[in-house]
Amino acid sequence: MARQSLLAVAATVHDHAIPELEALLRTMTRAPEAPGQADPDNPIIPFGQIEGLHFLRFVLLEDPSLPDRAAYPRLPAYEPTRLMLMVDGDGSPQDLLQRLLATAHEGLVRVFIHCDATVTGTNIAAWMDRHRVRSAANYVNWPGRSARQVREEAQLHEAWLTVRLEHPDTSPEELWPLLRAAAQDLPLSPPVRPSLSERLGNLLHLLSFPVLALLSLPVLLPALPVLIVMLRRRETRDRVIAPRPSRARNTMLSALEDHDVTNPYSAIGSLKLGRFRRWLTIVILWVINWGARHIYRSGRLARVNTIHFASWTFLDDRRRVFFASNYDGSREAYNDDFIDKVAFGLNLSFSNGLGYPRTDWLVRGGARHERDFKWYLFHHQIPTQVWYNPFRGLTTYDMARNARLRATYERRPTGAELARFVAEI
Amino acid sequence: MAVDRDDVQALVRSGFGSLGSARYILARIVDSARAKAWLRGLVPTRASEVGEGRALDTVLQFAFTRAGLRALGFTAAELESMAPEFLDGMASDARRSHRLGDVGESAPTHWQWGTGIREPHVLLLLLARPNRIADWASHVERDARANGFRLVTTLASNPAPEDSGPAREPFGFADGLSQPEIDWDAKHRPSARADRAYRPHIAAGEVLLGHRNEYGAIAGDATGPLVQRNGSYLVYRQLEQDVTGFWGWLHAAAGPDGALELAERMVGRCINGAPLPGLAHGPGPEDFDFQGDPLGHLCPLGAHIRRANPRVGDDPLGPRGILGNLLSTAGLLGNAAGDAVASARFHRLLRRGRPYGVTMAPEQAMRTGAPKTEAGLHFLCLNASLARQFEFVQGAWLISPTFGGLSQEGDPLIGARCPFPDDRRTDLFRYHDAQGHPRIAQGMDRFVTVRGGAYFFLPGLEGLASITAR
Repeated sequence: MARQSLLAVAATVHDHAIPELEALLRTMTRAPEAPGQADPDNPIIPFGQIEGLHFLRFVLLEDPSLPDRAAYPRLPAYEPTRLMLMVDGDGSPQDLLQRLLATAHEGLVRVFIHCDATVTGTNIAAWMDRHRVRSAANYVNWPGRSARQVREEAQLHEAWLTVRLEHPDTSPEELWPLLRAAAQDLPLSPPVRPSLSERLGNLLHLLSFPVLALLSLPVLLPALPVLIVMLRRRETRDRVIAPRPSRARNTMLSALEDHDVTNPYSAIGSLKLGRFRRWLTIVILWVINWGARHIYRSGRLARVNTIHFASWTFLDDRRRVFFASNYDGSREAYNDDFIDKVAFGLNLSFSNGLGYPRTDWLVRGGARHERDFKWYLFHHQIPTQVWYNPFRGLTTYDMARNARLRATYERRPTGAELARFVAEI
Repeated sequence: MAVDRDDVQALVRSGFGSLGSARYILARIVDSARAKAWLRGLVPTRASEVGEGRALDTVLQFAFTRAGLRALGFTAAELESMAPEFLDGMASDARRSHRLGDVGESAPTHWQWGTGIREPHVLLLLLARPNRIADWASHVERDARANGFRLVTTLASNPAPEDSGPAREPFGFADGLSQPEIDWDAKHRPSARADRAYRPHIAAGEVLLGHRNEYGAIAGDATGPLVQRNGSYLVYRQLEQDVTGFWGWLHAAAGPDGALELAERMVGRCINGAPLPGLAHGPGPEDFDFQGDPLGHLCPLGAHIRRANPRVGDDPLGPRGILGNLLSTAGLLGNAAGDAVASARFHRLLRRGRPYGVTMAPEQAMRTGAPKTEAGLHFLCLNASLARQFEFVQGAWLISPTFGGLSQEGDPLIGARCPFPDDRRTDLFRYHDAQGHPRIAQGMDRFVTVRGGAYFFLPGLEGLASITAR
């Protein structure tokens, strides 16, 4: 199975169908105890039976920030509401789609018929394929770590923890044979290695940025002063739209959060008017996508270590962007991580959004205006109606630790390395 | 701009260790007009009265809940610019309780005060010498009753020795250490370079509304009818501590000779407040950090004080020159473990707690059949942002079973031990013993239970006048 990829299917839902669709989505969750948290055994789409999933969400893209456009008559006042199915899983998007259909063919018809009454059991596959959308940028915490690897290494850690707890006073040297015995009965598939064609594709993609940058230099350099003036004019004049959060809406969003150590985040908003902002966003998201694929591939997105998967997707002829992520911890800590560790990255990727807190030189300010930034985020956050995480309770740190433990185990550690190995269990 | 100490209640400046006794009078307003008239006649002690050789015999402070401000005549709309957490309340809903660890026995449904008709409107905080406190508190209670108040409860602290030494919490450990230093005179400016290193001082705006905070912004609404400037949000939680349970568990887990050592590792300090061996880089109790102990060999990664204040700056690598800083910011230096906790300066609390109940020496508490006694901590702290400070520290650092990249470990002292999520246990504690061997404690009991709590607003003097003039 190839590396992780993102499958996104989005289709318009008419207003009159929304209540019924929401009711159907609710039946796929563990509401009322844990609203929004998928029931893996629900009869409509039994998520637990679909192999190779990392995360899955159904989210209704109802944009609470559309009224911000009132001051911008050149932007349409209305945009369609879509239902988005977003899957982070192993294999290509086509593989993911096929596995979904193989398990929940009828369930998917029941869901998407709310978008299109002509959807049937015979045309659902083609229909979903037609409604696939590509993300502009995609981040994976650890490319190549399959769901099977996560599961097996978690089981291994669990078995070792049991041994360690049963022998609390045993030295690492005496514990080692017991740990080996515990590991022997557990399956440990070899890590997925990229194929030759994947490696070649990756190399070409790696080269794409420097090559394009070099090729565009003769045009970019002379244009730079003009571009800087254009940017500064906009930065100093653009309106900030960060209204005080509604407490009732906060309660609604909070009700869906912190039922697991990991949370989903969904946000939607409009881009600022004009070709300058549009092209800037296209270029920046392309660079982010490149960086996520080639630089930030070992558990860290710059200095943020809590994101499992994240994606930026253009909608409506690039007038809007939908951002989705799966992160560890609660919302406040997630926002603080953004502000304190990667404000520059946030400013790059979101400052072309309508109403974003004022930036300076594209990377300064912005998210560092803490209150405005949190209010801006809140203004754009939307509830995730169904969210499935097959690895409940496991953070990115847990997954990295489990992989590290397994790798150390396979080296047959001794001495200080063995003591560190045991201490980490 | 420097803080006008004449307009700030004294508690922001000092915990008043020189005054050995405290009373916390929690009351509801039944007659707003009379209550306001009575409050107008009382003068809270000001921050300007603290220090400079002056010895105060009594200190009186006031704070209000949202319900209290509503009872005094503010409309909901007029209060809407206050912190949402303050407006919602500490026990607002199940999700907040979950995030704060107020679950199981600590759930608000079991609280002795703080919810329903036992939600206080006002906190009258009285500090005095032990021989004066009882008479004075009775007098104030009587007056309050006669002037439009109904008492919810009055809680007392233990008499403290009134020396300059640290107070002891009921488990026996020195408490109230590691306080942030408030930059009263706005001498420091946030600096992208210097702030990469940990520093103990914080901007006044981290505690007081209307002043610059660590982001360089000014919090609080400067326009409403309630003057927020120089006010602070006061968190009050009554934390009951199971002293015999704590030492009894330690005795069973580590034996009579190892109990203290394990307890000190759980706390992260020696029982007398000194840093754990090997950590100190100076003579003072605060002369240490965890930079040289990234794996928690000296102070466990999940120790209480390492959670409450991880002592890290904006960058775990510290300042490193322009190129180094740039690379570090871009995440091209360092590693995930180093970045597992957030910068401390945005998440500091000014603590003003005091212990209560029957105290007992650890040796006595460890004895089989030691009687269970009621003891605990009146945990009070001040902050300007309940979300970013108290609720963050409580939820993301103390309660979280995944703090700092750990797994299945709640705070060893105050953890609720409830499985999360689903059936995943949270009652583990990994540490290294004195010989450097990795150890893991398990089956930790719940040692601390919340018995009541509320969010208050501690106004400045002008703020208090705006409230009583309502």
